[in-house]
Amino acid sequence: MVALADTPVMAGDRSQRARRVAFGLAGLLGLTGLLSLSHGASGVRLDLVLQNWLAGEAVPARDWLILWEIRLPRMLTGVLVGASLAVGGAVMQGLFRNPLADPGLVGVGAGAGLGAVLAIVLGGQAPAWVAAWLGWNMVPVAAFIGGWLSTMVLYRVSTRAGRTSTATMLLAGIALGALAGAATGILVYIADDRQLRDLTFWGLGSLGGASWPKIAAAGPVMLLALLAAPFLARGLNGLSLGEAAAHHIGLPVQRVKHVAILTVAAATGAAVAVSGGIGFIGIVVPHLLRLATGPDHRYLLVNAALLGATLLLLADLIARSIIAPAELPIGIVTAVIGAPVFLWILLRRRGLVDL
Amino acid sequence: MLSIRSLRASLGRTPVLHGISASAAAGRIVAVIGPNGSGKTTLLRAISGDVAYDGRIALDGDDLADLKPWELAARRGVLPQAAALAFPFTVAEVVRLGLTSGTQADRADLIGRALAEVDLAGFSGRYYQELSGGQQARVQLARVRAQVWEPVVAGRPRWLFLDEPVAALDIAHQIGVMRVLRRFADAGGGVVIVLHDLNLAAMVADDVWLINDGLLLDAGSPARVIGGPALAEAYGCPIKANRLPDAQATFVLPHGLWTAAG
Repeated sequence: MVALADTPVMAGDRSQRARRVAFGLAGLLGLTGLLSLSHGASGVRLDLVLQNWLAGEAVPARDWLILWEIRLPRMLTGVLVGASLAVGGAVMQGLFRNPLADPGLVGVGAGAGLGAVLAIVLGGQAPAWVAAWLGWNMVPVAAFIGGWLSTMVLYRVSTRAGRTSTATMLLAGIALGALAGAATGILVYIADDRQLRDLTFWGLGSLGGASWPKIAAAGPVMLLALLAAPFLARGLNGLSLGEAAAHHIGLPVQRVKHVAILTVAAATGAAVAVSGGIGFIGIVVPHLLRLATGPDHRYLLVNAALLGATLLLLADLIARSIIAPAELPIGIVTAVIGAPVFLWILLRRRGLVDL
Repeated sequence: MLSIRSLRASLGRTPVLHGISASAAAGRIVAVIGPNGSGKTTLLRAISGDVAYDGRIALDGDDLADLKPWELAARRGVLPQAAALAFPFTVAEVVRLGLTSGTQADRADLIGRALAEVDLAGFSGRYYQELSGGQQARVQLARVRAQVWEPVVAGRPRWLFLDEPVAALDIAHQIGVMRVLRRFADAGGGVVIVLHDLNLAAMVADDVWLINDGLLLDAGSPARVIGGPALAEAYGCPIKANRLPDAQATFVLPHGLWTAAG
């Protein structure tokens, strides 16, 4: 990596800047992670606990419990969900060749949500072997399937002859979202009291329910999506020329599309299953990074994971300190920050919607 | 050798190509001409691997259907008619999209040479979307050229398939692009180019394929095809072919407006 700094850069090659930004973002994520571990309603101080522990003194069991069972799972969940939302958004935008394609905006989040609600309400009716096989994974897996189906339908509807129409995509997304919302409503109606409590808790869009079993259930799905994403980078770069030109430069276009759709579904589905709907991370993060270091997905996807995780941890910190000891749903925080940014994107580039 | 045998293709349910057989030799420029809707673009898309077809297309002995996308990409570059770009890439980044191998320094060098070839040296840092239509078309050509930069690799020719590459270009840059193609062919590469401009086709092509109603109506030298009777028949309007006295180059003028009375 040292040698890279000496390579002369031609004008228009932003890869060095993108790599530097990656290092900066990784550092920032580390700091934010520590901040997230050391703040909480209980007032347990990470630095004191670690100091005592390193000095060989006894650490109160309660402090350990708070750090290990509450703050650490919460921080890890925030990192995974934030990274998944941002990467899911970036991959979807690459797939649709459109910076406005956000899983939350175009019905994929709603589809994943429907899957999750289905699993919560009707999961008890599932055959015993399914329940035994999936266990805690049932909700994330159902959310993944819901997200996958809605992404496929959306792509089929809005893409013709290798080109995606923005207007069709947004309108189809509204229709998909409404349909999933209606089905979710019916399920809520037939849910019993215990399921309703689960649904309400889940639907708040919070990292508050983070726990090791939940991470064990949804974490692998998110990790899989995050690890698959870098392999899509060249394919998504090629797709930005259109499907035909992507084929001309040697890409297996159908395979790239299928893997991209699965990645979006896995990232969005698992994130929604863990934390409910958290909006705008998926659109704001990739957009800011494209402004800073360009749309090359080789760097965009990695940097989106880092920045998405950082922003979600920060939003979570705000959500749990602004009205402490109570908590704001994190979706409110991301919407308050993200929606104006989204409007700003539209203002700057109104031409996008006319594509 | 690009060899096309009994090529049939449809767009949706409409048959567009009704059995075309032709072959193009590397080292020569083949211009595909014909009226609107004759099937020129579909023919080019078929040999580029973009549309399903019946019949056989072979590139230097290998059936197109047997080649993987990345194998094809190493042997031929394609410049489609309209190229849209989704995100704000710089010019250097667009040209880079066509490259799959090489060190960073090699790539930078190649990108620079490909841009210089289309008269865009110094444009690498500009945003593609802020360029004019003609400049964008030249960036796309540089991207395709960079993909198959050496016209011959390991004794096997490489190919350029281009659909109307100069439609948006001013006359000087039209000639500039034609010179690029000429050099590529003279160095042993193969070029198949769809052209609307008959005079440009007459000027640049070694061979001309005249397509009409999905059939190959005539093929041969520009003097023969563009100077021949099939041309007026294909276009459905009287066309008079002339020769420039000094260069013996063929040029044509549509013949309807001022001779209708006389």
